Amino acid sequence: MAAPVISKRIHKSQFAVYDERGRKIKLAKRGKKLSRSTGGTIALFLFIGLFAVFMALPMVLTISNAFKPLDELFYFPPRFMVRNPTLSNFSDLFILLQQSWVPFSRYFLNSLIITGFGTLGHLLIASAAAYPLAKNRFPGSQFLMSMVILSLMFSPVVTGIPNFLILSQLNMINTQWALIVPAFAASLGLYLMKQFMEQVPDSLVESARMDGCREIGIWWRIVMPNVKPAWLTLVILMFQALWANTGGVVIHSEELRPLTFAMNMLAGGGIARAGTGAAVMFITMIVPVTFFVISQSRIVETMATSGMKE
Amino acid sequence: MKKRSLFKRIFFPKPANHQRNTTWALVKQNKQSYMLLAPYFILFFTFTVLPVVIAIALSFTTFNILQTPQFVGWTNYIRLFLENEVFMVALQNTLIIAVIAGPVSYVLCFTFAWIINELPPKVRAVMTVIFYAPSISGNVFFIWQFFFSGDRYGLVNGWLLNFGLIDGPINFFRDTRFILPLLLVVQVWLSLGVAFLAFIAGLQTVDKAMYEAGAIDGIKNRWQELWYITLPAMRPQLMFGAVMSITAAFSVGDISIQLAGFPSVNYAGETIVTHMMDFGWIRFEMGFASAIAVILFLMMVGSNKAVQRLLRKVGS
Repeated sequence: MAAPVISKRIHKSQFAVYDERGRKIKLAKRGKKLSRSTGGTIALFLFIGLFAVFMALPMVLTISNAFKPLDELFYFPPRFMVRNPTLSNFSDLFILLQQSWVPFSRYFLNSLIITGFGTLGHLLIASAAAYPLAKNRFPGSQFLMSMVILSLMFSPVVTGIPNFLILSQLNMINTQWALIVPAFAASLGLYLMKQFMEQVPDSLVESARMDGCREIGIWWRIVMPNVKPAWLTLVILMFQALWANTGGVVIHSEELRPLTFAMNMLAGGGIARAGTGAAVMFITMIVPVTFFVISQSRIVETMATSGMKE
Repeated sequence: MKKRSLFKRIFFPKPANHQRNTTWALVKQNKQSYMLLAPYFILFFTFTVLPVVIAIALSFTTFNILQTPQFVGWTNYIRLFLENEVFMVALQNTLIIAVIAGPVSYVLCFTFAWIINELPPKVRAVMTVIFYAPSISGNVFFIWQFFFSGDRYGLVNGWLLNFGLIDGPINFFRDTRFILPLLLVVQVWLSLGVAFLAFIAGLQTVDKAMYEAGAIDGIKNRWQELWYITLPAMRPQLMFGAVMSITAAFSVGDISIQLAGFPSVNYAGETIVTHMMDFGWIRFEMGFASAIAVILFLMMVGSNKAVQRLLRKVGS
């Protein structure tokens, strides 16, 4: 079956379908009921409903556990939902973190520094590079873009060891720069930004160029204000990546580690810390999810242009 | 531009339009573009390209970080494939996870996005959050410990004991029969990430008139509509989503370490990533670990390229 190539609306309630050569094939009513069987609809929604429950159960349990008093966490038979919600886990967590060797505020500040600088730097540096790649053609532009696309095809775990060596050559080991600087050059951000910038009309860029605007000015004053949804997407993706990073092997001083590290230590603390562990998991979950809920529509808007061309 | 001296203008006349065609002239013309690119690509080469080169180079050496690397030829690779039995287990586990979790997650990403797309916008937003939340919630997969905890306070053990299906609690994450299947479940749960969002967004951009035109043109049911209209229109997003899913499916390692332990019982949860971490960060055999990294790199890029080729045939 050859799909019709163009369909054109000719009246509020009518449209015409043309084939490749532009010959009119037929006229049709708009809003014609699309081919849908009720049985299929019910089956699909049942399927998605079941999976939604599967996806949501662990998250619901995380929330429920965080508000369970200790005796409910160790109740037999185990209960899924909390009966007598309490905030004691959170107050325990707060006390525990205040007593720890490195104060809670220090971990929090570290996380703020790492995610703040890393996210901001990534947004600026990646979008500065994305603009010429999206709008200009020059020797090497396609090669550089294909390198970036190739780098999407493997994950950074592969380069962990050489990265450590490079960071130590740059004297960045055991400083927060070891997490911040590599984040600047994350490839997904550049890729998404470049795809989104291609949507900016060429005429806008051209007219600025006619007015004698330099490339950096076009990027900052013309293109950047037009791609705000993509800013947010880059920020969210980078924020999530850095927020979840514990510092791993590149930071080993306790007082330089981020909050997630401290949280993981508490969450993995076993039975003695079950209550505070549950509170910790709730907090680590709720921060990125809240960010996403707020920015959802903008992110989806950016993702619409994420497709790869052949 | 500086004016050329009279001498030069007389004895070395510029051929018209000659210099504009050379690459160097184009580079000069685009100087400002290169300046915008520079910060990113200097870092990109330092932290992405150079590491791959170094990993390949190191994989032919023995290196313990303290002494200079010694060139040993193919020894690491030979050792890896012929003498290291655990690597075979890791390879097998990684392939099982990649072959099952990768495509399952990919298909689920698309199916959910496709069904969600027909819901009213408000419901769609809620469903998107439900499906996407696990992948962004950091280390919240710890919660699976509560479900499959080894004592009777674990939810699954509790239910099973309550219904009398088992006599004593099962130590799920320490039992070789359960480790890999559980890791698969957790990986699928975690994997509705960027690909899922790309599909949701892509579906919203498909031209509605295409569906109407298709309906007139004799498309009988939603499956035909999916194959002839939706999928071809979404091909760029399908390609992008595949890259995201494949890369994620091969990098499973963290969840294995956190849930099944490091090393896991009888290496039942060992993947190439955990194996690499074992040799790199515990035994400090960096050359050997680099060889493992190179194998993983080739597997990821190879399967990505293969799948891209396959996806070009969608809708034909």
